[in-house]
Amino acid sequence: MACQGLSKGETVSSLRAESENLKAKLEEERSKLHDVELHQVAEKVEALGQFVMKTRRTLKGHGNKVLCMDWCRDKRRIVSSSQDGKVIVWDAYTTNKEHAVTMPCTWVMACAYAPSGCAIACGGLDNKCSVYPLSLDKNENLSAKKKSVAMHTNYLSSCSFTNSDMQLLTSSGDGTCALWDVESGQLLQSFHGHSADVLSLNLAPSETGNTFVSGGCDKKANVWDMRSGQNIQSFETHESDINCVRYYPSGDAFATGSDDATCRLYDLRADREVAIYSKESIIFGASSVDFSLSGRLLFAGYNDYTINVWDVLKGTRVAILFGHENRVSTVRVSPDGTAFCSGSWDNTLRRWAGYSFRFVYCCIWTL
Amino acid sequence: MARDMSDKDILKMEIDQLQKEVKTAREPVSKTAKELCDFVETQSAEDPLIKGVPEDKNPFKEKGGCIIT
Repeated sequence: MACQGLSKGETVSSLRAESENLKAKLEEERSKLHDVELHQVAEKVEALGQFVMKTRRTLKGHGNKVLCMDWCRDKRRIVSSSQDGKVIVWDAYTTNKEHAVTMPCTWVMACAYAPSGCAIACGGLDNKCSVYPLSLDKNENLSAKKKSVAMHTNYLSSCSFTNSDMQLLTSSGDGTCALWDVESGQLLQSFHGHSADVLSLNLAPSETGNTFVSGGCDKKANVWDMRSGQNIQSFETHESDINCVRYYPSGDAFATGSDDATCRLYDLRADREVAIYSKESIIFGASSVDFSLSGRLLFAGYNDYTINVWDVLKGTRVAILFGHENRVSTVRVSPDGTAFCSGSWDNTLRRWAGYSFRFVYCCIWTL
Repeated sequence: MARDMSDKDILKMEIDQLQKEVKTAREPVSKTAKELCDFVETQSAEDPLIKGVPEDKNPFKEKGGCIIT
């Protein structure tokens, strides 16, 4: 890439010094308004009662690590994707598999349900995001209608439809995010600003306008204007990769889960981090986070096989959930907030009639 | 694309971004934190995992029975 506008005497170290100066100035400006802590303001909020959640359903069928999952807006269907290239659509009420697709690549790291419930999107090591219309005919081969929409120059880490089936937002190991027109496959907007792999993205709740947040291996969380492609705000307080980003239901904040074993809350109007969810005993990375419907609870899945439930306002942990036998890779609350689904690298060996089967589970948890 | 950029270009991109961000309009945490708390309080009544879900209303509680699809 050609270097533009090189000033005389500009070196990497002088630029670095300038960058450090600006970061210090930004922190100074942010600190001026840091007049109180969230948990102090939250002292007046009623404490939560005892919190007990159990696994009520297990979705069995993936043969290898579950990497991603997404709920359909109908609150009962789920799409999940795994390391062995399989993408499965489930009815979470009955645990029946409704559709299954085998991708031509392994490590399908991203999958998403379309708002209409009539299609799914997925991708991973193929560097693409493809859309599969879901047929009512269970015998139809879904792969026949597959449409390649997004093309990146490295793995696809995350994908999401926007408020309609017509546009897809993707993030990639190539360091960019992009907005695509599903019908034509045209690139509508690209988002540059991360300096390493982007691992996760999340669209703001529709009432709050056209923005989304992304997080990645550069330890940054960036907020973007979808129309202009501009990076509006950026936060760099994590000490390691950010694996997951999720908006607070009001759209005024977002949470992150990171390899530094913490989850954090960033307030968009105060323009700063306002809470850290951590404990000395938690030393493994948080891979995935999601809020309960009101935003009071934050569910976080960790590489130590547990799910921790945090009181978002008071900053305390309200429960630890044990149910997986390997890393929890994905945690998603259902659209009506009655349950959440967790996917894992669980690999349970079962023997039956002389054959060995490995089953990997997604679990549905509720009160 | 970031992978193909030189250190200098990445730093320039960062500097441009930081210069914009220093000028972002901000509100005090005392105000915004209160609004986060207020939001939760108004929504908590409708949050099934906070207020609880009656057995008969929770589709995940009991397996069995009739589900009309």
